[in-house]
Amino acid sequence: MILPASVLDAIRRRLEAAYPDEACGLLLGVVDGEVRVVDQLGVANRRAADGAAARRYLIGPADVRDATRAAAARGLDVVGVYHSHPDVPPHPSPYDRELAWPSFEYLIVSVRVGRADEVRAWRLRDDRTGFDERPVMIAPPGRPAARSRRGSGRTGSPTG
Amino acid sequence: MTVTIHIPTPLRPYAGGRDTLASEGRTVRDVLDHLLGEHAQLRPHLRQDDGRLRSFVNVFVNDRDIRDLDDEATPVGPGDEISIIPSIAGGATTTATELPELSHEEILRYSRHLLLPEVGPQGQRRLKAARVLLVGAGGLGSPASLYLAAAGVGTLGLVDFDVVEETNLQRQIVHGTAAVGRSKLESAEARLRDLNPYTHIETFGTRLTSANALEILGGFDLVVDGTDNFPTRYLVNDACVFLGKPNVYGSIFRFEGQASVFATPAGPCYRCLFREPPPPGLVPSCAEGGVFGVLPGIIGSVQALEAIKLILGRGDTLVGRLLLFDALKLRFRELKLRKDPQCSVCGAHPTVTQLIDYEAFCGLVASPARAAPEITVQELAQELRENPKLVLVDVREPHEWEICHIEGARLVPLGALPARLSELDGHQEIVTQCHSGQRSLRALEILRAAGFPHVRNLRGGIAAWAAEIDPTMPSY
Repeated sequence: MILPASVLDAIRRRLEAAYPDEACGLLLGVVDGEVRVVDQLGVANRRAADGAAARRYLIGPADVRDATRAAAARGLDVVGVYHSHPDVPPHPSPYDRELAWPSFEYLIVSVRVGRADEVRAWRLRDDRTGFDERPVMIAPPGRPAARSRRGSGRTGSPTG
Repeated sequence: MTVTIHIPTPLRPYAGGRDTLASEGRTVRDVLDHLLGEHAQLRPHLRQDDGRLRSFVNVFVNDRDIRDLDDEATPVGPGDEISIIPSIAGGATTTATELPELSHEEILRYSRHLLLPEVGPQGQRRLKAARVLLVGAGGLGSPASLYLAAAGVGTLGLVDFDVVEETNLQRQIVHGTAAVGRSKLESAEARLRDLNPYTHIETFGTRLTSANALEILGGFDLVVDGTDNFPTRYLVNDACVFLGKPNVYGSIFRFEGQASVFATPAGPCYRCLFREPPPPGLVPSCAEGGVFGVLPGIIGSVQALEAIKLILGRGDTLVGRLLLFDALKLRFRELKLRKDPQCSVCGAHPTVTQLIDYEAFCGLVASPARAAPEITVQELAQELRENPKLVLVDVREPHEWEICHIEGARLVPLGALPARLSELDGHQEIVTQCHSGQRSLRALEILRAAGFPHVRNLRGGIAAWAAEIDPTMPSY
């Protein structure tokens, strides 16, 4: 997945603001062999209503439908979803797997003590038995993304 | 009757890449069954094993949710549009037993671990979930980081602010010759990435201090202490006690090494063993005293081993035991350690409850001795030419003298100095000199205490002399 640094920054800010709750949103972009994210769309966590937002997130169907239409108007697709894991590593939980959609990119950001930390991306296997990790290429501003190198999506270090 | 079905992005690969499909049926159920008849791969993503729609699959007929209509019995007619719309949900791991999956590539890579019942897939997943912080990417951090990365620890943090020097390469095996002059973090990160691209490396290019230690250590599950100085060692210990993180300790000195696991809930901490640091200068650093190159390989590997056992929750760790290793005798011994109820940090009534100034605690702030008269190598070069009575006392060891010495210097090893004071003339100008200026400072104190009035210390020692005055002299 190719992710512009500006989009990642926006995601991190959003997820930090929601801490200690989980927050979520959709990744908009195009798929041309590579998944290229162009923009992100913050979506309300519908689990806030039942008080479960500390550990769960839900993007409702109406939000997905509206986002899909709005994206289509810009020539984009919903290509994935992002959410935060407050104070735990950014690995998909069994709950994530049970509810995951195939061929979506699942970007998980660990938010530790209010600061966005490690970022990892995952994709559900076709047989739903688990997730495979996906390389994330952070595209710096103003430069087209080069070929992805495995692990180059690390952004976890506060010192860079 | 033909109706149109809108397929959401994530399901298109299972529907021939199409975003809309024509299907047939009188009810939603008919239409979906017809669809699944043509695209069987869609089934596991739409229906549960019992045939019902998955809870996060939403079906709309002309923008109305079938849950508000007649569910799958909702009738459809020509021209109707059916949309399959995902809800997207998930959430964080809720308990420690929920662990990341291993990919096929990882299963192959870690197969020799997976074959061990004591590790197995569950243990390997624990390793993948683990976050280990290494303080120091030097002698101990080199083998420890290599083995932890190779073993499949999911995230390794590295704290270091040094650059790779030639003198490191005799033992710091994570670095190579090409890395000389580069930061140790960059060098180690590149090597570890190559060793295991599945391990994520987080780097902290900073000195660990009381101001940042809790924040940095707080992001990890356990800490491997590969520091080479007392202030940082006490800092790591205290921070680990306060945060409740195990501190996998190792230290090396010439041919001898120690290892233990401190700051576990039931076990002792470093301060239970050593309440206070030794006086400054008593224990030489590796740069002063030398270190046998393989020794950190053994102690650092023991640290990696203990860290992995702690993560797996297997075996008997060094909690409550201090391992002592003598490389020359090739002998391992161990001491039983007890948690000290009076310990100032982890005891019943701690007196140290937050991080302190560890430089001051270890006596390393400016003291009268620090303010001792100094002479630079440039000044010394000039005075040696102009003042034939100047006495330069080299307090290093004879084997160091053999490597190089300044012409005209007299060799009086520090240990022999008190017994050989009579060889020196109290009326002469004396300059003490060692490798980098630490031992010669102790020599200066000894001389001043014995009543020698005119003593100065050579700042930077013979290392500075080789760097700035005599380029033909080897550095070591």
